[in-house]
Amino acid sequence: MANQSNFFFDFPTLPKELIRAFKKSTDAAYKTFSREYGDYIETFFNPLLKFLVFWEKLLVATPWLVIIGVVCVFAYYGTRSYKIVIGIIISFFFVGYMGMWEDMMESMGFIIVATIMAIAIGIPTGVWMSKSNRAQAVITPILDFMQTLPPFVYLIPVVMLLGIGKIPGLISVIVYAIPPMIRLTNLGIREVDREILEAADSFGATPWQKLTQVQFPLALPTIFAGVNQTIMMALAMVIIASMIGVKGLGQEVLRAITNQYFTLGMLNGLAIVILAIVFDRISQAYGKRIQKHRSGDAI
Amino acid sequence: MSSDNKIEIRKLYKIFGPNPLPLIDKVDNGMSKDQLLEEHKHVLGLSDIHLDIPNQSLQVIMGLSGSGKSTLIRHINRLIEPTSGEMMVDGQDVLTLSQNDLLDFRKNKTAMVFQKFALLPHKTVLQNVSFGLFIKKFEPVEAEKQSMHWIDRVGLLGFEHRYPQQLSGGMQQRVGLARALANDPDILLMDEAFSALDPLIRKDMQDILLELQSELKKTVVFITHDLDEALKLGDNIAILKDGSMDQEGDAVNILLNPKTEYVRKFVEDVNRSRVLKAKNIMQNSSEISKDLMNGQSMKVKGDDVIEKFIDRVVVDKPTLVEVLGEDGSAIGYLSAERLSEILRK
Repeated sequence: MANQSNFFFDFPTLPKELIRAFKKSTDAAYKTFSREYGDYIETFFNPLLKFLVFWEKLLVATPWLVIIGVVCVFAYYGTRSYKIVIGIIISFFFVGYMGMWEDMMESMGFIIVATIMAIAIGIPTGVWMSKSNRAQAVITPILDFMQTLPPFVYLIPVVMLLGIGKIPGLISVIVYAIPPMIRLTNLGIREVDREILEAADSFGATPWQKLTQVQFPLALPTIFAGVNQTIMMALAMVIIASMIGVKGLGQEVLRAITNQYFTLGMLNGLAIVILAIVFDRISQAYGKRIQKHRSGDAI
Repeated sequence: MSSDNKIEIRKLYKIFGPNPLPLIDKVDNGMSKDQLLEEHKHVLGLSDIHLDIPNQSLQVIMGLSGSGKSTLIRHINRLIEPTSGEMMVDGQDVLTLSQNDLLDFRKNKTAMVFQKFALLPHKTVLQNVSFGLFIKKFEPVEAEKQSMHWIDRVGLLGFEHRYPQQLSGGMQQRVGLARALANDPDILLMDEAFSALDPLIRKDMQDILLELQSELKKTVVFITHDLDEALKLGDNIAILKDGSMDQEGDAVNILLNPKTEYVRKFVEDVNRSRVLKAKNIMQNSSEISKDLMNGQSMKVKGDDVIEKFIDRVVVDKPTLVEVLGEDGSAIGYLSAERLSEILRK
């Protein structure tokens, strides 16, 4: 009875040996691939690493007063609200006072680089998608896949290929954070009023003139919503990426989990929330500013 | 081709759908729009359109919604590709132009004004008006100078740094008109340009257009669904129904000799005394009996509409109305019988 399989209760599966062989051979093939090409790929990403290190060093080396000043100028220019500026000053002081300044700067540099890369890749991809229905048909399922695959799963091949470190971390953050950038660029451009495009056509505008003069500017508010979402997702992913060697606030959170340091975890978590709110408020304010022509008020 | 026609449209067909070419013959053999849709799932846009538009004239194309008038005007600058036919502008078939030549054609020959204005909401009035010049890569200083001239001409001076959304509908369409004129096109395409405006604003815009046209002498193609507007603006009127041309001619001709039931219904409610001018309906001396010639007569100007002198005719009861030309000499006559015949519907 024990050896007799019951069709209705045990799901019919491949023999265990076959599954093991399948997993083994796939892993072996991938390992061979990464041993063979890992170095090339690392060299390929070297400029990205330099760019990332440059930002991290810049932010860490800059005097904290200057950083707070610059962030406040950005925040004021974006929001025109003293309340938000004062809030930023207080919360940044809190983070620094609790000894998390350097970690926060590292995370900030990481997020800035990840966001710049996501924009640099995401906007052209989104534009391409908006121009070609075929591109849209191919890219949309890929984006769905990227967004639903648990982030832990795609950490594995990245780590196998590039080992533990900043670059694999950065790549996984970009992969995780880029879909809204692409989607909303595509959506924003496709949403532009057909009559306005027709007007541009009637004046003999070339496709490039239409894109730069009409479609892109009119899509900007939507694109900025994408930038905002990308930043938020990068922030969320920074914690997970710390598992593969990304320094900063996430690493402290990870240390807190493994050692059951509740207060350490809370404090670093709070610092991440502060960073998120600052980035969110500033980027949203810029998004709204772009839409000033939509209001009926005199300017 | 005759040199005084700016635009000549020949055998133009447009059938919307995946495989329209084979259906042209069926349409030619009398298949109706409804039949085409039902049996072949294709929509008839235009069918066998012929139209000559003289240089510097104002051609109105009229029809109800779905009649194909907006489709027709978009063939002139080829925003819509036809299924077959010719669209000659200055002796050149627009439909055979290469993509680059087509862009040049649109930059230099035509400009369009849209029903819903289609202004660029993120650009100021000045930037909107100079949009065509920007596309043509004009020097910014020169573009601004020309644009300001047209902003002034449409009465929007002082608003050049506002955004379209801050302006009323009428003002927005003035921007649309200035944007088209700043391009200095030979041909002005106006797609229901005034239909979205309030009646009073609409009248203002019609007057602005007529005033500008008397000076600029562009070739204007004006789409409307409003007969009063058509009669007021058009040197010539073409009436479309279900994608076919029902009748074409000047206002008087259409008003006095409607060819089809559709046109008759259109002109039924028109106040003739407000549209027809004395010179449109006058008779020559041979049509007038001697008795009337010798009776008591009254003088009116040829350009006066009936409404302007009918009260005097009723009160003074002249035996004959003498119609005067611009130089003050008699160019024709109107008998009381003729007047009452015209005014009787």
